[in-house]
Amino acid sequence: MNFLSQYIYYIGAFGLFFIGLYIMLTKKNLIKVIIGLDILDTGVFLFLIAIGYTSGGTAPIFSKSVTETGKMVDPVPQALVLTGIVIGVSVLALALALAIRLYGHYGTLNLRKIKEQRW
Amino acid sequence: MNVIIATVLVLVMLVAAIAALIFKDLLNAVIASSVVSLIAAVIFYLLQAPDVAMAEAAIGAALVTAIFIIAIRRTKRFEE
Amino acid sequence: MRRIIAIALLAIIVMGISLAVREIPFGKTDTKVGEYYLNEGREETGAANIVTSVVVNYRGFDTLGEIAVLFTAAIGLGAVFGSRKKRKVAEEVEKSSLIVYTGCRFLFPVILLVGAYIFIYGHLTPGGGFQGGAVVASAFLLMYLTCRGKRVRDKSNKVVESLGGLIFVGMGLVGLVIGKGFLFNFLPKGEFLTLFSAGIIPIIYIAIGFKVGAELAGVLDNLIEESK
Repeated sequence: MNFLSQYIYYIGAFGLFFIGLYIMLTKKNLIKVIIGLDILDTGVFLFLIAIGYTSGGTAPIFSKSVTETGKMVDPVPQALVLTGIVIGVSVLALALALAIRLYGHYGTLNLRKIKEQRW
Repeated sequence: MNVIIATVLVLVMLVAAIAALIFKDLLNAVIASSVVSLIAAVIFYLLQAPDVAMAEAAIGAALVTAIFIIAIRRTKRFEE
Repeated sequence: MRRIIAIALLAIIVMGISLAVREIPFGKTDTKVGEYYLNEGREETGAANIVTSVVVNYRGFDTLGEIAVLFTAAIGLGAVFGSRKKRKVAEEVEKSSLIVYTGCRFLFPVILLVGAYIFIYGHLTPGGGFQGGAVVASAFLLMYLTCRGKRVRDKSNKVVESLGGLIFVGMGLVGLVIGKGFLFNFLPKGEFLTLFSAGIIPIIYIAIGFKVGAELAGVLDNLIEESK
């Protein structure tokens, strides 16, 4: 139980990372590979936020009832992950647009067959 | 109590990710990946990061799924 | 064969990472930069949301780079699709039923209002420009899916997006002109926990909210137009 309470978030984050990496390495359909990229991104963001957590801490926002910074969570990883999420979605949108054009040109989305048809 | 909730959520998230690996119908795989994004948003809230939870829920669960479904409509639906 | 190589590679990486992660303690942080932002952020910027002041004020240049990446992706998407001839034939769209159409017309301004609230109050409550822009884009997605046949005019979309980016860069250049550095906070700090506080942070977040919302709505419009 103690082991779980220490490492459960790291196990979840790296589990997602490895499943996403396995999808990107072994699947043949291009859209499946892009789904794997999305899952890999989510795993990395989970790991970054799990590092910045302090036990018993609260969200880094002041209000009328929270007026001192006694126990607040680290705000820097949250800013980095905010930037990362937006960049992840723009990469995904551009990759899907290129996949649509590839399908229009070759007629298939199988990566092995596209590699064989050169020029 | 917090540890039990976190364990259950992480297990459901990993099962959904493995389901995205296994399904042959691409529409089902996209819905599984959107479940992963949604549970990640809940875990971000449990780790005291409300800004990131809002961004992941709005962008990862709604807009990315819509873009995937529009792209699947234009190409094939099944994985071979 | 490919699967065996992939599994062997992943097993090696798993062993390496599990040895490294054991050294990272969960729940203790030793960083000094986070403590400095938490202790000094309230007097130096005047914003109640520390993550907002880190994103816009202390690391504002990274936000400018992120806006540039989003802009490049939207332009690339338009360039990939733009070389088809636009079909000027009036196509027959099946109109949706009355209940769905009325529901969309009722919900669309409400979702726009919620998105605008999120990015206007970004320095006081959790939220900000990117979250509010994503909610505004989901309102446009609702409109494209249910009230078929209504479009956003291309020209007004581009004007809103460019104005948002220009206001952001303009605010930074004013700081450069008065001699104190790019993106310097030159407006008065105001009273804590009110709407008009924290200098230029609400103005920049409003510009970012408009820009991201218009950009994502334009991306959706390009994709839907392509797939007809």
